[in-house]
Amino acid sequence: MSAALNETAAGWEPLIVSFCCNWCSYAGGDLAGTSRMSYPANVKVIRVPCSGRMNPLFVLRAFQRGADGVLVAGCHPGDCHYTSGNYQSRRRLSAFKRLVEFAGFEPERFEVRWISSSEGDKFAEEMTSMTEKIKALGPNRKMRDARWQSVTSKV
Amino acid sequence: MPRTGVFICHCGSNIAGTVDIDKTVEASRNFPGVVHADEYRYLCSEMGQDIITKAIKENDLDRVVVGTCSPRMHENTFRKAAAEAGLNPYLLEVANIREHCSWVHKDMEEATPKAIALLRAAAAKAALNEALEAPRLDVEKRALVIGGGIAGIQAALDIAEAGYVVDIVEKDPSIGGRMAQLEKTFPTLDCSACILTPKMVEAAQHPNINLLTYSEVDEVKGFVGQFDVKIKQKARYVDPVKCTGCGICWEKCPSKASSEFEMGLAKRKSIYVPFAQAVPMVPVIDRDSCLYFRKGRCQICEQECPPQAIDYEQQDEIIERRYGAIVVATGFDQLDPTIYGEYGYGQHPDILTGLEFERIFNASGPTGGKVVKLSDGKPPKKVVFIQCIGSRDKARGMNYCSKICCMYTAKQAILLKEKVPDAKSYVFYIDVRTGGKGYEEFQRRAAEEYDVAYMRGQVGKIFPEDDHLVVRGIDSLTNRNIEIKADMVVLAAATVARADAPEVGRLVGINSDSYHFFNEAHPKLKPVETHTAGIFIAGACQAPKDIPETVSQASAAAVKAIGLLSKEKLQGEACTAEVIQSECSGCLNCEAICPYTAITPVEIEERYKDGVLKRTVAEVNPALCQGCGSCAVTCRSGSINLKGFSNDQIMAEVDAICLQR
Repeated sequence: MSAALNETAAGWEPLIVSFCCNWCSYAGGDLAGTSRMSYPANVKVIRVPCSGRMNPLFVLRAFQRGADGVLVAGCHPGDCHYTSGNYQSRRRLSAFKRLVEFAGFEPERFEVRWISSSEGDKFAEEMTSMTEKIKALGPNRKMRDARWQSVTSKV
Repeated sequence: MPRTGVFICHCGSNIAGTVDIDKTVEASRNFPGVVHADEYRYLCSEMGQDIITKAIKENDLDRVVVGTCSPRMHENTFRKAAAEAGLNPYLLEVANIREHCSWVHKDMEEATPKAIALLRAAAAKAALNEALEAPRLDVEKRALVIGGGIAGIQAALDIAEAGYVVDIVEKDPSIGGRMAQLEKTFPTLDCSACILTPKMVEAAQHPNINLLTYSEVDEVKGFVGQFDVKIKQKARYVDPVKCTGCGICWEKCPSKASSEFEMGLAKRKSIYVPFAQAVPMVPVIDRDSCLYFRKGRCQICEQECPPQAIDYEQQDEIIERRYGAIVVATGFDQLDPTIYGEYGYGQHPDILTGLEFERIFNASGPTGGKVVKLSDGKPPKKVVFIQCIGSRDKARGMNYCSKICCMYTAKQAILLKEKVPDAKSYVFYIDVRTGGKGYEEFQRRAAEEYDVAYMRGQVGKIFPEDDHLVVRGIDSLTNRNIEIKADMVVLAAATVARADAPEVGRLVGINSDSYHFFNEAHPKLKPVETHTAGIFIAGACQAPKDIPETVSQASAAAVKAIGLLSKEKLQGEACTAEVIQSECSGCLNCEAICPYTAITPVEIEERYKDGVLKRTVAEVNPALCQGCGSCAVTCRSGSINLKGFSNDQIMAEVDAICLQR
């Protein structure tokens, strides 16, 4: 049995997938590293060119595959490397968050944050607080695809 | 099935200290498609790159994954290594197991499985990578320098000397910037104007330099090699071709306004040049104070001007030009210390900022170079200098050190003693910082030969009493309260970003730190580049710095611009969007959303039953596309994909990371 299904076990650790834009947030993550800050290893970052590249389907896919939380991070509004990408994502993803809530899924599992390339400390803080929040919330059971579970538990 | 090779870097102990390399290599061998896995102490070294190129050839690899530092650091290094072995460089993927893993997690138990997950994701993505070709782009052989201070002038001169045409855009009526306001410069005490004015004249006379003074950048579009810029040239109401700079107009002008150049300590006329050595020597009319513009009568300047250069009908003009490279050199402001009530700035004429005191020394300044109090015109006998007003003040100001204040304070104390031999200076400081060639020696001279009293401590209150200012502070070395009856107080107010820096940053498309100083691309290795290719920064707009540092940075920015302009063609972005036209419905939502106008409608012909169907679909111009991917998300039929970050690739990464579930 995989660790996620055995969620009452004391050893359960959440999986957080974070999509970070290349220019601000991913660089902010780099700065957190160069400054030797620390945050939980539960967070795994996927680099996207811009938060405007974030298709809500990527978020749904992560939840389907058993991620317990998803955090999208982009440049601060007004600072987008591509001028307007984060404005697009701000509207699209806030609408998406409401849809997630409407569908009966905990909206707290999905967050959008603006982290600049100079905010290594903020990057570490956001990743830490997201992990703590999801730990309190427990595993994602509603959206996880059990069939995928059974496939992967054999791998 | 791809043939993937995985290479893991120890980075000395930077990665190997927290990531179990052997375990990671073993795990990598089991990823789908991986046929080879290896590790090395320093993969970015020549030996390390050799290991990759050799393995590609020996194992016939068609995908490469490196587990190293951030792709923002060495992706290009490894792509080149892959290309050396004959592989398309875009078939390589980087797993960031240093900045995003070994450096942020403390123990191996945590970091090793995460490194494996990141490598697995990179391998899954790499399996779907395609060979990409970057487009070759034209370079406009012309540079734009924004800001005409010493940084902008130096950068422009260097670029012009290399044979390229440069435009300097300066928002004030004259170039010269902050340096033109200074009296003498540390640590050699050469007169600022004497070393600056020749450079201003050289810039004005250089055949490759165009000065666009009293102008502002209005819009920047395009990309490296082809920036399309709109510059607003504000109406001077003086024809620069006819004007001889004789000065009769400002001599005769009856109305006055506060002088920006003199920091408000003196008046100037409504038609004016900001200072005596202004370049160009062509005045401007300040509409807000001019009698003619305010009340419709006066016109004395028009009547008196010998070459009839006054033109009240002149309009703002928009100049549109294309540039290959842009240097941003917009300089700094000094913090307005009014926010610190305890110093009483703004409530007494003898409480000045450092820059204002600089004008008091200057022969063309408000006192004609006589060092006197503005309150009563008498020379000050006791002057208190207070350092770090707003700087190094975590609670109420900026965390950073303004860098120039310790040195200019020592300079002003020396100059004061030379002009007023019986004057005594006191300096309240937190630390005296004198890093720089000859700087420490200079400051020691101030303390030892010029009898300047340095006191470590802070000032809590300044208030007027009788004909002097009472300065109350504490000497933190002896822990004693100090009270000085001073004639004058000089506040070393923090060096801050220009008030319009956020706007300039947005306009040009470069980002800044939390204090609005522009960010360099790398704090050590790319000090003049920005994250936007083709845009460089120089001078105090990046961080507080003194003149020697500003000049070297300006020359560095110029070299980078020259390097770019000297290229015949530039390599464009390979990761661009692509429309699957057979699936495109032609809604053109993507056209509306694209920030680069890279998407246009085209008409295609398709076979339909027995005939031919003409329909409109979207097309991406790869030379204009910068690869943000917004269009791919907007596309409802899913017929746009972003090369290098395709839907499938990102989904594959998600799947691989979630495999631990």
